[in-house]
Amino acid sequence: MTTLGSVTVMPAIEVRNLVKEYGEHRAVDSVSFEIASGEVYGLLGHNGAGKSTTVEILEGHRSRTSGSLSVLGMDPASAGREFRDRIGIVLQSSAVERELTVRESLDVYGSCYSSPRPADEVIAMVGLEEKANARIGSLSGGQRRRLDLALGIIGDPEVLFLDEPTTGFDPVARRQSWELVERLCAGGMTVLLTTHYLDEAEHLADRVGVLVGGRLVTEGTPEQLMAMSPTTTVSFDLPSGIEISALRLPETAERVGHSVRIETEHPTALLADLTSSAVALGVELPGLTVRRPSLEDVFLAIGNEDDR
Amino acid sequence: MSAFPSMATLWLIQARYQFRTFARSKVGMFFTLGLPTVMLVLFNALFGGGTVDTASGSWSVQQFYTGGLAAFTAVSATYTNLVNVVPVRRDEGILKRWRSTPVPLGVYLGGWVSSALAMALLGVLLQLTIGVVFYDLSIELAKVPAMIITFAVGVTAFAMLGLAFAGVVPDADSAPAAANATILPLAFVSDVFIPLDDPPRWLEVVGDIFPLKPFVNAFQDTLNPTVTGSGFDTSALIYVALWGVVGALLARRTFRWEPSVGGSGRRSRRRHSSSAD
Repeated sequence: MTTLGSVTVMPAIEVRNLVKEYGEHRAVDSVSFEIASGEVYGLLGHNGAGKSTTVEILEGHRSRTSGSLSVLGMDPASAGREFRDRIGIVLQSSAVERELTVRESLDVYGSCYSSPRPADEVIAMVGLEEKANARIGSLSGGQRRRLDLALGIIGDPEVLFLDEPTTGFDPVARRQSWELVERLCAGGMTVLLTTHYLDEAEHLADRVGVLVGGRLVTEGTPEQLMAMSPTTTVSFDLPSGIEISALRLPETAERVGHSVRIETEHPTALLADLTSSAVALGVELPGLTVRRPSLEDVFLAIGNEDDR
Repeated sequence: MSAFPSMATLWLIQARYQFRTFARSKVGMFFTLGLPTVMLVLFNALFGGGTVDTASGSWSVQQFYTGGLAAFTAVSATYTNLVNVVPVRRDEGILKRWRSTPVPLGVYLGGWVSSALAMALLGVLLQLTIGVVFYDLSIELAKVPAMIITFAVGVTAFAMLGLAFAGVVPDADSAPAAANATILPLAFVSDVFIPLDDPPRWLEVVGDIFPLKPFVNAFQDTLNPTVTGSGFDTSALIYVALWGVVGALLARRTFRWEPSVGGSGRRSRRRHSSSAD
């Protein structure tokens, strides 16, 4: 529980020592985390890390081996209709009856909830107005994914589970999808997002938990996680006729084809040495780039440590 | 917080949308309404004007075929339809999607089965109408109650058997084969396509064991002028109903909302490789 001033706020989702075993295999190994009401929490991990298993247990679709769970104060394993009325699930790879139109599908799925949002409002939110009367079978992949989101929120949920919402998208579609998810989150919904795209978690999540081999290895805001990996990457293309030894570079400089890449904890000093030696030689450094650490670097570092 | 809609309302909404989904499926509509109609026209063109001999006496071919194919349409709309569609919806994740909503699962399945029954009724009415308009089919008013009750018992039983069998069909890819391999050979020994005149004993036994022939014969009786009285074949109806009860009990055990992990079909393999996590 989190204490804000004198008010004690019950977390929307509370997971304590969650374990899921399939025979000898531990898919989820003593995972614990809390998600505050209104928070967007990203569960990050490679395929097989236990993300989907964890989320499916929280949704009530899978049983757990041990541990305690609370979603909106209920245990998903025993909760029924009331529970499903208050959650929304955007499933990873579930179809919708392709013979129905977009509006019909929202009408019939919406009819199950105690207080659904109006279908037209949801259609507008996901930008499918022009396809409202089109058969689902005629939609493009991106439009179907938007329909998945629409079906996830038609019941006006308090908690939304988003399982890999942009897997298989092209970069433009991902951007659009992020904007859409951000708009939805602005309404104060609690969101549990799983992804193996690090930039996605960085972009959407207030806090991120990293799952490796079924264990939650670290947790924090994207900024906190990035601070764990203090390296900055400096890179440039080697100008023709210039040897790498002619520039003042640390020994850690890596040469890949024509380009040079250096990871450093002291980018300012490194850049001063590099650029002054280049200026002294009278050459320009094409493609000179300074990249701050990304969540990806952190993720790889953690993953590598775990593999050892 | 407002309350959930009543069960009856939810049931009706489900039945309406399921019916719409069915009616828009070209393949489903062809096999349910189209094919029996083609066969009715063909059989009448080939054998029209002739007579068939059954235990009760000799009667016209068009009465025989209209009754048999109407009953077969009812079985197509229920048993064949459910065995075909349940595994597809299971593999595609549609069943899982419904299980994620607050709809009581009995209402979802009930609405679905109701839509199949409605389609069966439409199919039977279509066959009877074609019979009356084109083939001088005569319907005795006194036997209409027996026709309705026989229809109701038959479609309910075959819907339950369809749900039960759909549960053991491994995946969507094998569903059409599973549906047809069970119902088509049986139809040949159940007086649907050909009146069996003195068949080999074992074929007669096979026909008598499974519920299709009792249902088809009971339905044909209501159109058979040599059968006197109300047209009720009570023992056949009880037998078909018992199969239905067994189907319902089995369906409770076999019905699955998600593909089996060891599913061998392409669709289910795709699903598992994409959600390997």
